[in-house]
Amino acid sequence: MFDIIIIGAGPAGLTSAIYSKQASKNVLVLEKETYGGQILSADKIKNYPGFTEITGFEFSTNLYNQVKNLGVEIKYEEVIKIKNHDNFKEVLTNKDSYKCKCIVIATGAKNRMLNLNNEKKFIGKGISYCPTCDGMFFKDKNVAILGGGNTAISSAIYLSDIANKVYFIYRQKNFKDDSLNLDEVKNKDNIKVILNSNVTELLGEDKLEKIKVKENDSNKELILDTDGLFIAIGHVPVSSICENLIDINDKGYIVSNEECVTNIDGIFVAGDVRTKNVRQLTTACSDGTIAAVNAIKYLNKK
Amino acid sequence: MKVINGNFDENIKSGICVVDFFADWCGPCKMFANVFENVSKKFDDINFYKFNVDEDNETSNKYSVMSIPTIILFKDGSEVKRHIGFLDEDSFIQFLEDV
Repeated sequence: MFDIIIIGAGPAGLTSAIYSKQASKNVLVLEKETYGGQILSADKIKNYPGFTEITGFEFSTNLYNQVKNLGVEIKYEEVIKIKNHDNFKEVLTNKDSYKCKCIVIATGAKNRMLNLNNEKKFIGKGISYCPTCDGMFFKDKNVAILGGGNTAISSAIYLSDIANKVYFIYRQKNFKDDSLNLDEVKNKDNIKVILNSNVTELLGEDKLEKIKVKENDSNKELILDTDGLFIAIGHVPVSSICENLIDINDKGYIVSNEECVTNIDGIFVAGDVRTKNVRQLTTACSDGTIAAVNAIKYLNKK
Repeated sequence: MKVINGNFDENIKSGICVVDFFADWCGPCKMFANVFENVSKKFDDINFYKFNVDEDNETSNKYSVMSIPTIILFKDGSEVKRHIGFLDEDSFIQFLEDV
């Protein structure tokens, strides 16, 4: 039986693993895809203390190697369900099941999809959620970006240096007051901003060829020729494994507080998947620390 | 691991070939590179090739590769199936065995 099973190998989960292992606990990390989580795709990280600038890949790999070098076991399996028994917990994956004394859930968040027809079919064939990963495939082509937050703004600027033309579509009438780098967007000749509008159809045969854009207050529609559509409309928490066991709010976030506890004794939560106001790399690592420290306390009391 | 930039079509024209479309700057590609290398040792009847997308836009366009890593399986030069994104070792083996 493991002392602690950590679900998710992003910054929150891997930080939990470091603290847990350094407290001599028997730890297993379960990850369904790749280590690093969302930060893996970050072009440059410039706000993590101690690093003036580091790529998301370099940061993630350093963290992963740090955990591996401590001797933590990491398995690539998808968790399907968590069970809470009287004296232990059980984690069921797509390959096996594991018993443990306590759990840290650090499953993070994934890109919010538009939920339009053809969206899944065109992922990797014109639809992308990661401009830094896929932008170079659109050299001298026309692309669109949907969203209005700082991620969308920086993506539009990034893409404008690669693509022929960038349609920047945002559903609100104005950008938020605290938006960064808007002046740079205005200074780019090849960015066309389309406000108060949404993408309503994705058109093409084997790959994306056109998008239909509709103005919100009218029925005015336009068809844009685009080879790519980058979707940056936020994230949704990955919390379905907790259904019927752990309290989740109406937006899907696991209900918690700054102690990273859940409604179930011995199940802790860290990172973007929990209710909180600030979701950053630094706060994910902070959560990972707090969840591990509280898990260790829980184990030492038993 | 053979990189087939510059001679793509000639290399894939016969037999079963699996190609890993990658770039040096792509994090998930670097993770998949280890998987690709390990799994290649387990299949004698499949040719494992790598293709650097940064060095040949034309071939990437021809095969509609717009995201990496993309893994395409060819039989006698024709595409049989593809996967976009990282695959762990078991899933990649499954991908190859399903053919």
